[in-house]
This record gives sequence, C-alpha cells and structure tokens, in this order.
Amino acid sequence: MDKPVVIVVGAGPAGTRAAQTLTQAGLRPIVLDENRQQGGQIYRRQPENFVRPASKLYGASARSATALHTAFAELLPHIEYRPETLAWGVVDQQVLVEHNQRVEAIPYDALIIATGATDRIMPCPGWTLPGVFTLGGAQIALKAQACAVGAAPVFMGTGPLLYLVAWQYLKAGIKPRAVLDTSSLKTRIKGLRGLRHRPAILAQGVRYMAELMRAGVALHAGIQPVRIEERDDEDGLRVRGVTWRNSRGQLRHTVGDAVGMGYGLRSETQLADLLKCDFAFDPTSRQWLPVTDEDGATSQQGVYTAGDGAGIRGADGAEYAGALAALRCLADLGLTVSAQEVARLRKALEPMTAFRTGLETGFPWPWRNAASLPDETVICRCENVTAGDIRRAAGSLDAPELNRAKAFVRVGMGRCQGRMCGLAGAEVLAAARNIPIEQAGRIRSAAPIKPLPAKIRGIMT
Amino acid sequence: MSQPVTNTTARADVIIIGGGIMGAATAFFARQRGLSVILLERDLVGQYASGTNFGNVRRQGRFLPQLPLANRSRALWDDLPRLIGENVEFLPSGHVRVAFKAEDSARLEKYAQDCKPYGLELELYSGRKAVERFPMLAADVDCASFSPLDGHANPRLAAPAFGRAARRAGATVREGAEVSNITRTAEDFVVETADGLRFTAPLLQISSGAWGQKMAAAFGENLPLTPKAPQMGVTEPVPYRIHPVIGYASWVEEEGVYLRQVERGNIVFGGGLRGTVDLNTKRAQLNPLNTVRQMPHLERILPDFARLRIIRTWTGIEGYTDDDLPVMGPSARVPGLYYAFGFCGHGFQLGPGVGATMADLLATGKTEIPLEPFSIARFAAPVSL
Repeated sequence: MDKPVVIVVGAGPAGTRAAQTLTQAGLRPIVLDENRQQGGQIYRRQPENFVRPASKLYGASARSATALHTAFAELLPHIEYRPETLAWGVVDQQVLVEHNQRVEAIPYDALIIATGATDRIMPCPGWTLPGVFTLGGAQIALKAQACAVGAAPVFMGTGPLLYLVAWQYLKAGIKPRAVLDTSSLKTRIKGLRGLRHRPAILAQGVRYMAELMRAGVALHAGIQPVRIEERDDEDGLRVRGVTWRNSRGQLRHTVGDAVGMGYGLRSETQLADLLKCDFAFDPTSRQWLPVTDEDGATSQQGVYTAGDGAGIRGADGAEYAGALAALRCLADLGLTVSAQEVARLRKALEPMTAFRTGLETGFPWPWRNAASLPDETVICRCENVTAGDIRRAAGSLDAPELNRAKAFVRVGMGRCQGRMCGLAGAEVLAAARNIPIEQAGRIRSAAPIKPLPAKIRGIMT
Repeated sequence: MSQPVTNTTARADVIIIGGGIMGAATAFFARQRGLSVILLERDLVGQYASGTNFGNVRRQGRFLPQLPLANRSRALWDDLPRLIGENVEFLPSGHVRVAFKAEDSARLEKYAQDCKPYGLELELYSGRKAVERFPMLAADVDCASFSPLDGHANPRLAAPAFGRAARRAGATVREGAEVSNITRTAEDFVVETADGLRFTAPLLQISSGAWGQKMAAAFGENLPLTPKAPQMGVTEPVPYRIHPVIGYASWVEEEGVYLRQVERGNIVFGGGLRGTVDLNTKRAQLNPLNTVRQMPHLERILPDFARLRIIRTWTGIEGYTDDDLPVMGPSARVPGLYYAFGFCGHGFQLGPGVGATMADLLATGKTEIPLEPFSIARFAAPVSL
C-alpha cells in the first residue's frame, strides 16, 4: 500500500511541528504555506538580503524562532514544501490550492489545519484611516521589512501582543507615544489565576511593560477608545492622534502619526468550516471554534486542527499542539505512536490552556464597546458597512443573525469575507437585538477562502 | 417577521406555503386585492433560490408563450419602489446575449423575429458593430442581441422586501413555520406546522420551490422535479463600467455563463455546470472546481474579466422540471388549490408578475395571462378508460 498522504496547511509553529512528527513516522507530508518562507506570523522571517539577528527580530522568543527555523531546514528534504500557496477550497477529499495562478486539487488521506490567527478588531471611529494598522500588521512591517508604521505610533487595544509590539518598536528605536489598553487593572488581577500557570511568560510580559515605562512610554489601563483623529494635509488623509477616555471617564488625547490596534487574536477557521466540521461557541473567547478533542481531532474523520487556528494558546502551545495532532493523525491512520509522547504533550499543553483562559480573563475582548459605537462607525471596511447599517438590518429589516444581515446590508461580503469584521459585526447585531452573542451566529465560510485570480490555469481532476 | 397567533386556529382567505419571491409577491398582491393572507415560510423569506440567484431581470431568450407573463412582470419591476416601498436595486440597463458561432447567431436572429409579436423589441448587432456598441466584449463576437429594457436587480433584497410589504399590507407572514401536514375538509384546507399551529383557508397556494414536488404529490399530482444548485460567484469591486447584463448565448451547458456588474462595482457571475442538492438537509453542494471551469468562458465574452479576483462563491436550491417550464396555475384535481413553483432557474424576473397573476386567480379564479403551458396537468399520466 502507498504511504498515506497527509496535508499540513500552514508552516508556523503548529504546522512545522506537525510535519516534523509525520516525517519521524516515515511519511512525506505536503506542507502548504501562504507565505514565501516558513515561520508563520510569529516567527516570520525577514527577506533573504536582510541581516538583522534573531535576537533583534524576535526578542525573548529568539531561541524558539531559531529552533523552529532550524528544525524546518532539516525537515525540508523529507517533506513536499509548497510556499506561496493558497489553500482556497476543498472538494471530495481534495484540497484546492492556487500557486502562481495555477489551480490544483490535491487528494489527501488526512488533513492537519494549522492556519493560525489574525488580530481581532473592535472598530472605533477613524480606524479605517491610512496609518492605522493591526498590531500584527505593525509587527510584520517591522519584522519582515524593517519599517515602522509611523515615527510616533500609538498602540491601542488589549492583550499580550499590544505590549510585545510596543516593546519591539521601542527596541527598534521608535518610541511609542502611548500604550492604551482597554482592560482594567482589576480584570488583569482576575486573569492572574490563569496567567500564573506560565510564570516565565508572565514575567516576560511584566518586563516588556517595565521597559516601556522606564523609557517614558505611558501605559494606560481601562481606557475607552473614542476616535482616531485625522488630519488632511498635502499627503492626504492621515492619523493625527487618538482621543480616548481614561478609567475615570475623562477625555484624553494622544498625538501620534500612526496607530497599531488589536484586541487579542481570532482563529482562522474557514477550512474547518468548508469541511463541515462541527463548531461550538467558546464563551471564554466569545468566538465560534471547531469542536475538537484534546488532541485536535475534529468531528470529521481525518481532519485535525492545531495551533492558534483552533483556539489561541500561543506559539509554544502551537508547537505542542502541532506534534500532538500529528500523532493523533498517525494513530488514526493505523501507525504506532508512542503513548508516552502523547501523554507528555497533553501534559505540556495543560498550563497553556489555563494561561489562555487567564489571558482572555485578564485582557478581555471589549465586546461591550460594540453597543455604544456611533452609527457612522465603519464596521466592515471592505464594503464600507457602518454600525448603523447593521442596526438597520437587525431592526427594521429584521435580520435575526449575521448571515441575514450580510444578505441585506453587505456586512462581511467583501474581500476579507468577514474575517476582519465578523466578530464585531456579530456584537453590534447582538446588542441591537438584545440577544446573546451566540444567537447572532457567524458568517458562513465559502470558497475561495481568500481572493482567487480569475486568470487561473487549472489542473482538473 | 413572525407574529403571535393568538387563536389556536388562524383563518384566512388564502394560505400560501413558501416565502420565496413567488409566495411573497403573491401574498402582497393578494392583499392588494383585498384577500386575507397567511404566508408560511419554513426558514426565512427569500432564503433559497429567490435570494441566491443571479438577479437577472431578463425577458429575451425566454420560451415565447411565457413572454406575456414576463412583460407583465417587467412593468411591475419599474413600479416596485412605489408598490412595495423599498428599492431592490433594479437597474433597467439592458441585457446582451453574445454568440460566437454562426449557428448560435442564427438562433439569436430567429428569436429576435419571433418575439416581436409578443411586444419584445431586440436590437441585433453583427461582428464589428457588436463590439462598437459594446466595447467591453471580445473582439471576435459574431452577434450580439440587445434587449434594452431588461436589466438586473438584487435578489437578496427583492423577496424579503415583498414579504415586508405584504406584512405592512396586512398579511400574516410567519417565518420559521415548517408545514408538517395539509388536509382538506369539505370547505377548507387545514395546514399544520411543526410547532403545532393550525391554519385554515378555502384557498391554498403551494410555492415551495424545489420542495413543491412533494406537496403536489400529496394531492395526487406527480411531476418530475430535480433540485439543482446554481454556481454563483462575484469578483472584487472595480469602477462601474459594464451596464447591461451579458450572457453567453451558447447551447453548450458549460459555456452558458453570464455576468452583471452592480453599481457597487463587483461583477456577479453564474452559469455553466450546476451542483447537487440534498433536499432533506437543505444543503446545496457547490463544486468549487466548477468555479474554475467558469473562468475561461467568462473571459471569452469579457476579456478583462481575467484581470480580476474572485472573492466569493455561493449557491442555492432551485427546482427544475423536465421541460424547463414552471408549474403555475390551478391544480388539475383539487378545487381551490394553486401552484407556483419549479421555475427552473429563471423565475426571478417573473416574480412580481407571478405574484400579480396568482392574485388574479386567487381573487377571481381567472387571469388574462395565458398559463396553459405551465399547467400541472401536462405531467398527468394518460388515464386509461
């Protein structure tokens, strides 16, 4: 019998460790990577002719980054690596991919989805101005291109990435004007119950904050974004600063020429959705996630998820989860796996799951903001759909959930297919109808997961 | 849209089963005629074929005896904002059918002659003239048939807008009302829903689309009806330049693609091969490879299409009869029972006209629109005496 074909989608920490585990069992997995080089978002590499050392690029995670890059280099002869390849659909036990305007249907016996996460966005007036980036976007600019999003950036949102990116900018010689965090000191203390499960990571976060403060960067907790202010000069529309309320409700203004914004992460789950995996609402993160067992097996036979694409547990957690999902996949394929190794990985993931709960508790998604956003706030930037449009869909047009609102007012209908606006759109709709967020539903996924060139040459199977 | 029904049994002049564009428009026009109406929709109004179709408001190319109905409907499309109080993005920007092969051009020319007695005036452009008139088309177009008064509208808005208008006009419109049983007493139809409600009326209309076959069979009227899933998609938005709907006039199924640009800028496309449907799970299977198969044909009619990106695809659930014509008109067996379903993927344009015509029938028992070709009687097995 031919060796089973396992496709791993994604080449970040989870995808890499999954592929490695599969090769150790003698398989030759196909690794699909949207990026030009392996590493994912967290360990994204700089272009070949850039020479900054790993310590500069990845900070405290330099060792993990280097280890993952090295592991992948050793893996390369034993896998079929396909960079710059978009997995855009599935049909009949085949993954549809596009590379250089060429479409191919790749059959598989098992599929490990390690597609990671993106920033979670809570819109505020002005967030679509030129000069506003997601935290991840601000980080890519720095990491991959050695560019800053502005000379005087303001970082706003919540979660560990907020402080990491601000710190990375500081280290790169760009002093942030302020770090504005919507989570209060009180919720953070609540979060400590979970956060203490990973003392080293917690200490790292505290160190980032301390270094920012020592450098004179003001860190504000419990803020409420009011609006990102614009200026209109010869360069066109640009960011002028951020207006916000402090924890005592007083109006404040921070001058800056760019904003990095993000409120934790949201999992990329479209492939699992196209594969009709069961989903469940996760109240901790207020997101719909594929239902999996502790090893990452979904409700569909032969389909596994690992890493942040299945719930946010961070880069180290993703490495363990990738290996664990691969072992589960191997066992399901009838191959022998080490029960000891499975047990070790499960054990290693435990504190990460607790830590994640701590993060969501300590730095929660400020979902209540959705209800008070002014009607003119753009929620869906692809289609320029405002909070008022969604409220009209929820109200006079009587849309009971998000897909119906999408049909009526185009929220989530554009290029990103709701990946950016879906969560906030659901919150606006739920608030407008006064229903629990899970009743507001989630935008159904459809192929292509990301835009597909019309000029495609196909290999038809 | 659901309203509380206080009595255990709600009664009206007519019960309409199915809140697609046919049922919703009928509910609206029946109210216009003063009938009391209960519209029962299993899920949400306009959710299946009515909400997911291409949005063509096209008359040219239709079965000729259907043109009186299509003409009536076309007149109503103009009038919709006033009638139903909502804009459903109807753009009477014309419809072009393009042919590349001589035999296809000959069909377009013949149709342009044959449709004249029905009051449909088409403009024919051959060769170079076609490209002069429609510069976005491929340079080697052999013939373009232009219907200047056709156009397109937004299917996601039309049926729900009719549903709301019907409700404003006094109809009881119930969403989430799945019909579990229909019986007939001496004077009434009794319709029961899965949530335990009962509705009665002397008149009943079945307009449940691809699910119509099963309901008709319950009254002893059998017909073949195949559910199919249309293959729809849309590009990223680009400046609004293509005003008419463009269809590829080919009789090869895979080549039969069409497109329209909405004012927002996206180009909506469809056609070619269709997917399969499971009526029980209410799920249509869209084969994404069929999207890939549409691309060369879309590029064939509109070369610049190849420069765009596809951002989304979708499908719906449509019912197709064997002769590609709908089931519309009175039952051949049961007095008081009416049908309007199985529009074979070309019902959207007809929607308002079907609603008005069915309202004629429900209110008076007759209509000036010829409906004989669509009678369910055409499927009846010859009776041996």
